[in-house]
Amino acid sequence: MAKENITAEKQFLTPFNVVAGIILLVGAVITILRFTKGIGAVTNLDNNNPWGLWIGFDLMCGVALAAGGYVTSSACYVFGLKKYHSAVRPAILTAFLGYALVVFALHYDVGRPWRLPYPIFYSQGTSSLLFEVGLCVFLYLTVLFVESTPAAFEWLGFKKIRAWVVRLTLVLTIFGVVLSTLHQSSLGALFQIAPSKLHPLWYSGYLHVYFFISSMFAGMSMVIFEGTLAHKWLHHKMDETHLAEAEGVVLGFGKAASFVMMGYIGIKLIGLAVDNNWHYLTTGWGFWFLVELVGFVLFPAILYGMGAREKNTTFIRIAAFWTVLGIILNRLNISVIAFNYHLPSADRYVPSFMEVGTTIFIVTLGVVVYKFITTRMPILYEHPDYKEHH
Amino acid sequence: MAISRRKFLTSMGAVIGAGTTGALTKAYGAAKTDFKGYPESFGVLHDISRCIGCRKCEQACNEVNKLDKPERPFDDLKVLDQKRRTDEAVYTVVNKFSGTPDVFAKKQCNHCQEPACASACFVKALKKDKTGAVVYDESLCVGCRYCMVACPFNIPAYTYNDPLTPKVTKCTLCLPRINEGKLPGCVEICPTEALVFGKRKDLIKIAWKRITQSPGHYIEHVYGEHEMGGTSWLYLSGIPFEKVGMREDLGNTSAPELTSGALGTVPIVVGLWPVLLTGVYAISKRKEKIADEERKEAVQKATDSATAEMNKQLSQLKDKLTREKDTAIKTEVKKALDASAKKAAEAAKAAEKPLAAEDAADDDTGNEEE
Repeated sequence: MAKENITAEKQFLTPFNVVAGIILLVGAVITILRFTKGIGAVTNLDNNNPWGLWIGFDLMCGVALAAGGYVTSSACYVFGLKKYHSAVRPAILTAFLGYALVVFALHYDVGRPWRLPYPIFYSQGTSSLLFEVGLCVFLYLTVLFVESTPAAFEWLGFKKIRAWVVRLTLVLTIFGVVLSTLHQSSLGALFQIAPSKLHPLWYSGYLHVYFFISSMFAGMSMVIFEGTLAHKWLHHKMDETHLAEAEGVVLGFGKAASFVMMGYIGIKLIGLAVDNNWHYLTTGWGFWFLVELVGFVLFPAILYGMGAREKNTTFIRIAAFWTVLGIILNRLNISVIAFNYHLPSADRYVPSFMEVGTTIFIVTLGVVVYKFITTRMPILYEHPDYKEHH
Repeated sequence: MAISRRKFLTSMGAVIGAGTTGALTKAYGAAKTDFKGYPESFGVLHDISRCIGCRKCEQACNEVNKLDKPERPFDDLKVLDQKRRTDEAVYTVVNKFSGTPDVFAKKQCNHCQEPACASACFVKALKKDKTGAVVYDESLCVGCRYCMVACPFNIPAYTYNDPLTPKVTKCTLCLPRINEGKLPGCVEICPTEALVFGKRKDLIKIAWKRITQSPGHYIEHVYGEHEMGGTSWLYLSGIPFEKVGMREDLGNTSAPELTSGALGTVPIVVGLWPVLLTGVYAISKRKEKIADEERKEAVQKATDSATAEMNKQLSQLKDKLTREKDTAIKTEVKKALDASAKKAAEAAKAAEKPLAAEDAADDDTGNEEE
């Protein structure tokens, strides 16, 4: 009896759990500060910089990187690419957790989080793009939740309700793509209201299109990147189908991402031409813009293409990681770095340690919940009782 | 000319009358289509060339809005040495722009005709009132601060240090005072008539009249007449507006227009995507079905041709076998016939032997040798 306890304790005190535990503890402290002393006490936000890291990373990047859900499920269920079936569940789960954490993070950022249902249920400001974002994120979170339930139902053994939800797959997938198109693009369109604040190289009448198109390869890259991590840490949880299909997913998504990224570069250049912004390219901001577009879109796109052609999954995995960084860079550029570019450096925003700490806390929370679910529910493998059912 | 206070108060009688019936106090959300502003709305004309930087307007604003008292008193003009913006306790600031002579410019909410903040607000906490004021309703505000992102003039501030009831703060155009028939606090106190309150359309006329009547004194531009779709506050200046901290690159497009394109795609996506995606699904399903049928057909064909081939081979084999068998039979028959012929011949010979035994023996030997 005593021996069993000791082994249980040992298993609990893994390096992962210890590090995660410390981060969660720090997060809890910041949370208490935030809700007792106010936003001002934990952030460097001010009246000129009302949006910081919590919006720039937690919301903007969180939503973009959770795009794997709609990309994978539509590839499998709408476009009929059945060989990606084993990638759908992890992608949906990641998307659900991603969006849940986005909403969770918003509770820190907005002044009165208990009023977050107001725009949907109480006073609809329909002229606002943020209203569109809010409504779509709310609906999509619901869709993702429903889409994630079959795994939980299999785990719990609720066969009837599982069968009922599975029947909704196609409708939910299409609804999910509609909602994703809308809010992914609206996140970019949010900044279209402030042409005087966002640097012209990033401001464009096409911002909503850029955000939607980039969300596609953000999603694909995240599926590959997350798959790479899962293979490293959760290999034992994967079944033969998952392992057999994994390489196909990597190669297929890598090829598709390369293709979409090339198209994205094309429309970015069209945007430059439409606004005739070429002359900015020779400035410091132009250099930074090229770092983003060439270094973090063109380069990984080529790497993806080479990887797909030579069936080199290492290339593709590196490209996926690189693209994820590129998406983060792009979203931060638009919402934080190139936003308020005209202000003197003393008025510019740099996140506080506690803002960074909160972001790390929220990401860690996501990883912990992902691990909790994947080690218990049939995400990376098919439940033996339901193999015939898809 | 500027509207005198008395004249204004008389005209306010009508406003109050209308106000009590609710016609003027009703607020509207931001419009998307071409909107020239509420025709009878008010505004303030700020003649920057008349401002002496006395900070009386700041003091009046502070008192009228019952804001926290600042650390340094309002008659301390050293405060002007620092560039300031509006914040949670300060709805208006006067900034000094060094030159000969120094120029002072007041800054506060411009009460846009089509406010970016109101268009950005996702709970309609900010609205353009018919009087011209952009009003904020704290009871709806979630605190997303998108209004602050949207405002091209960087005016709204937020009470970041209030943990439970933080709110956006900004100039109200003294709407409560207007509804009481009073002037905005800052306008009332201004000792140099650098601030003039009136109907916006009249103020524009006054502004242009001043420009034409004093050639060379003013920049030929009424700031706020068209900027960002027009603002209720209008400005005259003797030096370029950029030099008094006012951006001249804002353009004349109103904020709602900037986002209307993106918003306009919503119904199209909602309408078309399900059709398109169901179509894609149907196509992929059909492709699958056809591929399946083709596969079956091919398999059938292959099976058929294989069977035919096999049958052919079988029948060939059969023929061959039959032929071989026939040949064998024939051979056997021939052999048998030959044998029996031989036998018959031998028998005949044997029968003939007594007659020609020697001849036959010679023949036999010869045959055998062959």
